[in-house]
Amino acid sequence: MPPEQRDEVEMLALMLLIRRFEERASQQYQAQKIGGFCHLYIGQEAVVVGAVAATRPDDYLITAYRDHAHALARGTSANACMAELFGKETGCSGGLGGSMHFFDRKNHMYGGHAIVGAHVPLATGLAFACKYRNEDRVTLCFFGDGAINQGSFHEALNLAALYKLPIIFICENNLFAMGTSVKRSTSLKQIVDRAEGYDIPGEIVDGMNFREVRDKLADIIVSIRKESHPAFVEARTYRYRGHSMSDPASYRTKEELEKYRLDDPITRVRAQLTREGKLTNEQFDQLDKNAKKIAIDSVKFAEESTDPPLEKLYDYTYANGAGT
Amino acid sequence: MREITYRQALNEALAEELERDPNVFLMGEEVAEYNGAYKVSQGLLDRFGPGRIIDTPISENGFAGLGVGAAMVGLRPIVEFMTFSFSLVAFDQVVNNAPNMLTMSGGQFNIPITFRGPNGPAHQLGATHSHATECLYANVPGLKICTPATPRDAKGLLKTAIRDNNPVLVLEAELLYSSKGMVEPVEEDLLIPLGEAEVKREGSDVTIICYAQTVPLALAAAQQLEEEDISAEIVDLRSIKPLDEKMIFSSIAKTHRVVIVEQDRPFCGVGAEVCYRIQQNMFDQLDAPILRVAQEDVPMPYAERLEKAVLPNLDKLMTAVKKVCYA
Repeated sequence: MPPEQRDEVEMLALMLLIRRFEERASQQYQAQKIGGFCHLYIGQEAVVVGAVAATRPDDYLITAYRDHAHALARGTSANACMAELFGKETGCSGGLGGSMHFFDRKNHMYGGHAIVGAHVPLATGLAFACKYRNEDRVTLCFFGDGAINQGSFHEALNLAALYKLPIIFICENNLFAMGTSVKRSTSLKQIVDRAEGYDIPGEIVDGMNFREVRDKLADIIVSIRKESHPAFVEARTYRYRGHSMSDPASYRTKEELEKYRLDDPITRVRAQLTREGKLTNEQFDQLDKNAKKIAIDSVKFAEESTDPPLEKLYDYTYANGAGT
Repeated sequence: MREITYRQALNEALAEELERDPNVFLMGEEVAEYNGAYKVSQGLLDRFGPGRIIDTPISENGFAGLGVGAAMVGLRPIVEFMTFSFSLVAFDQVVNNAPNMLTMSGGQFNIPITFRGPNGPAHQLGATHSHATECLYANVPGLKICTPATPRDAKGLLKTAIRDNNPVLVLEAELLYSSKGMVEPVEEDLLIPLGEAEVKREGSDVTIICYAQTVPLALAAAQQLEEEDISAEIVDLRSIKPLDEKMIFSSIAKTHRVVIVEQDRPFCGVGAEVCYRIQQNMFDQLDAPILRVAQEDVPMPYAERLEKAVLPNLDKLMTAVKKVCYA
């Protein structure tokens, strides 16, 4: 096991935190404490946590708009995440980004990008900078199955292959781009075949299986750190909720949802660890209790935080003072 | 001072900034091995190597976005568009990513990137290749835009743009690449601040506000007007954003009459904003309504005779000036 891999019980706690945080976000959205759009990650936890378990904290991470989990996985506090959803000054983007634009420079979380596919070129830029500076960091670029038909995605894959950039393109294939199934959007039998067109090595992983995600990514990362190159991973996963809070997901069946719920990524890790004698039921209950408490506390923190001050409205349009 | 071309001036600016700061790199189509479609990057590959002078495939959206991403972690990319007409393919990166990042991240990520290349109608390139993009980009908070008209301004503004901590668009004048002008010696670090207009010729009867390819046009008009006893002051904006209101207003305080000659289209063009600000601040000072000379509001035709009819020209400008002077 490479030294950068993190403790499994710790990673289970992280998955629980993501789940409980998203449940609270859902509740607060319904209570109209959160504005705009809100896309939940429930069901997909093994993907980002598996990936983060295989990386170093100084590796770069960038994702699309379903980004709460990616920030939490990177170490952004639940308080800062919830405060961002509430549009408060204490949010991870100062309340100026919102649900779809989480940023955390300190923890190398480079957004939170809401135009589908538009951040994939940005990711190549992060990786380009690492190569330019002879650093051995790897960039993790997450996106959904909806992004793979955007021109920006294709251009970015070609650039990454051409310049041999240290980047892993991770497609979180949850089968639906909003309400359009992969079958109705994509001419390929499997998404991973997109990589082949750019001579980028690609793999399929079971995105509901934490260990599989972590171990496959760990192998890829060892290879990239040895000699810089791009890689592509199709993580097959499922979101339990609709595309966003306003989507009842009537385009799929209850049976399909139930099938995936039975294969729940958190239950799987719990079962594995319990079977191996690394986790008792009491310990699991305690982890879950902690996660719930952190999520509840984050709501309190967000409620008590202040709005971004009006006087700062023009402060972030230009760096080093206003321009016009 | 010595005389060099606009193209050489840009080349010097690039070379000097690449030399000064290892975080600066140049990227774009044909910038390296071909030495630039307009030869602005001539010799830079030999001098700085393929790690910093980087040829790209024809993927404007992709490489513009790569630049923005690299800028997020502190590199200072110079992204060349072969022409700004092609920047429209990368509109999402230039408009939605580069200038929004600082606000969206609550001040965590500024984007020190320079987008540069020829802009504005050239000669018989047809509708797709003749865009004057300044008015499109000027609508976007977070971008800065400059439009040099002389070799000296080209060098000084480009160097400043590269050092700026924000996304800056350097809209070069395609028709002026071979024009010549006096520029400070290489030893002098020539920096011209963004947001400072310049009086290119002093006058007392009328202010002609111009920028980029309309500057030589305005100067030619001034010369001809002199023969008719009209003294025109030529104010070259040099930067569209930030806009130097102060210099515009101080010139008008002297002349009380204004014509704006711009290379873009009339509807929501640069002149519309300038005009608004003048009437808001200088209403009582004006002796005549402000006139604008812009392109005709049509896609650019190919046929030379029609193209000439679409563009601002000396006749149109002279007529407008005489009208505001009641001459």
